[in-house]
Amino acid sequence: MTITDETPETIDGAARVRRRGDDAAVLRLSEAEAAAIGTDATTSDDDERVLLNMGPSHPSTHGVLRLMLEMEGETVIRSKPVVGYLHTGMEKQAEQLTFLQGCTNVTRMDYASPFFTELAFSLATEKLLDIEVPERAVWIRMLMSELNRISSHLLFMATNGMDLGAVSMMIYGWREREEVLRFFEKVTGLRMNHNYIRPGGVAADLPDGWKGEIEALLELLPPRLEEYDVLMTGQPIWRERLQGVGTLNTDEALALSATGPILRSTGYAWDLRRDQPYLAYDEVDFDVIVGTYGDCYDRYAIRLNEIRESMRIVEQILDKMPSGDYRVQDKKVTPPPRIRIDQSMEALIHHFKIFTEGFKVPEGEAYACVESPRGELGIYMVSDGSSTPYRMHVRGPSFINVQTMPHLMRDSLIADAVAIISSVDPIMGEVDR
Amino acid sequence: MSDETAAAEEAEAEAVAEEATVALRYGAAVSESHGDVVLHATVETYLDVCGEAHADGFDQLIDLTAVDYLTYAGERTLPGGLTPERFEVVTSLINHVRRERIRIRTQVSADEPTIPSLFDLWPGSEYLEREAFDMFGITFADHPDMSRVLMPEDWVGHPLRKDYAVGAIPVQFKAASNER
Repeated sequence: MTITDETPETIDGAARVRRRGDDAAVLRLSEAEAAAIGTDATTSDDDERVLLNMGPSHPSTHGVLRLMLEMEGETVIRSKPVVGYLHTGMEKQAEQLTFLQGCTNVTRMDYASPFFTELAFSLATEKLLDIEVPERAVWIRMLMSELNRISSHLLFMATNGMDLGAVSMMIYGWREREEVLRFFEKVTGLRMNHNYIRPGGVAADLPDGWKGEIEALLELLPPRLEEYDVLMTGQPIWRERLQGVGTLNTDEALALSATGPILRSTGYAWDLRRDQPYLAYDEVDFDVIVGTYGDCYDRYAIRLNEIRESMRIVEQILDKMPSGDYRVQDKKVTPPPRIRIDQSMEALIHHFKIFTEGFKVPEGEAYACVESPRGELGIYMVSDGSSTPYRMHVRGPSFINVQTMPHLMRDSLIADAVAIISSVDPIMGEVDR
Repeated sequence: MSDETAAAEEAEAEAVAEEATVALRYGAAVSESHGDVVLHATVETYLDVCGEAHADGFDQLIDLTAVDYLTYAGERTLPGGLTPERFEVVTSLINHVRRERIRIRTQVSADEPTIPSLFDLWPGSEYLEREAFDMFGITFADHPDMSRVLMPEDWVGHPLRKDYAVGAIPVQFKAASNER
């Protein structure tokens, strides 16, 4: 590590991340240039720096993330995340699918937290439609979101543990996550890619006995989280491996458009659930977890404690869940109840219309955002009055958070690069879309 | 005075009156869309508007994307007498202290799809601008690394443009480096 007179307080973080040249943390090198360096012996001889490729199928790169690392010995100087290996043109596809089909598309983006993309998509559509969903639908959406936050963070616990050599943690994390997914399967029919939250409400009401299932879940998780504390939080090897590694300060995080646990780890309390409440988050009580040092350990601890906060919210939802309809009874937006189709010709026509040509959404543009486990997940939607979006753009938090990696890795050891990738917690389905 | 000039004068007066009623913020016309504040800029005013917003405490660029209005079926009217162009760059900013968001919609012509980069104001725009370049072919002047981000580097075309067909394109593979 280079020793300078700079202390964290005197560094202008925003200016540092703005650097463009050789002293920047970001390696800006095209494939062709990188290949030329590899074959040209004269250029690689003059300096000590070596270009190293990592990924795209490295076990700790969380899918298909590839990194170009400029190394000096074991130290990473500049780096470039190379993304796009999973790009399937989902934004283009969305322009071909109706607003009702759109959820099946977006739910496949962030496959670890599918409810959030469905929710953002539905909120944006509802903004354009100018409809309000029934209270029960709002609370069901909140319940599913918070359970999904738990399952997503449990997945992070598992992969983070695996990346750092705590292999048993991987099994524990997956085990607990499966308990949550079992509830999802009961409600939506699927473990992942639910297509459950739809414009106008949710696809179906909660099944009988859902309260008991959640109560069992809330009883199961706290002792397991305490096991994690024993296994990781207080353990010296774990701390040594994460504390002080991959630090970022608030200025840098803001300048790099980072959101979610990365921004909060720098001590900046910004959580859309509290600061720009959507759904009914202003009616529940919870704390925004922040860190102090902006290192990998803080990001780990924030996610662990966010599981606890989410459980607190779920507990309150259990008490406050209102009764009523689970979707808006607007024949133009949601299909009529099954029984009505047998009784009324009109209901049959509405049903047919919704599932063939879809419902039309008034002209306009809207942006809706939610706090996903990875940060602000936003959907910008433009409608030209037809039944398919004219343009749908997803502000994927993973995509933007990947930008912080070179800055987190600058001057750290290559072994720590693995910890850093893991602590950013990118989901490549959302990065590449 | 002929009828023609009178009509022209009247139209001009109307335009002036309209200009006066349009609210301005950071020198850009403001409108409201589903509860969000939307500013309308041109390529020329874009950097000034963003600079003033940055100085006014909009400390984070939350999103940047583009829209291709080539086949838009609806009517497009913009406040402040702006002419709609084929492309629109949409920039979302956030002010954490006032918990406020604004969205800047900038008209970019199809003939010369170039707009200044926001990298020096918010370095977080780097990937988002690369994505807009990749998908729409809009160039961001003075960007540190104006290259494709999601598509392969040697890809031809910009997939999210409306004249880029769906499904009818053979998959492009990189040529094998040597004959078998």
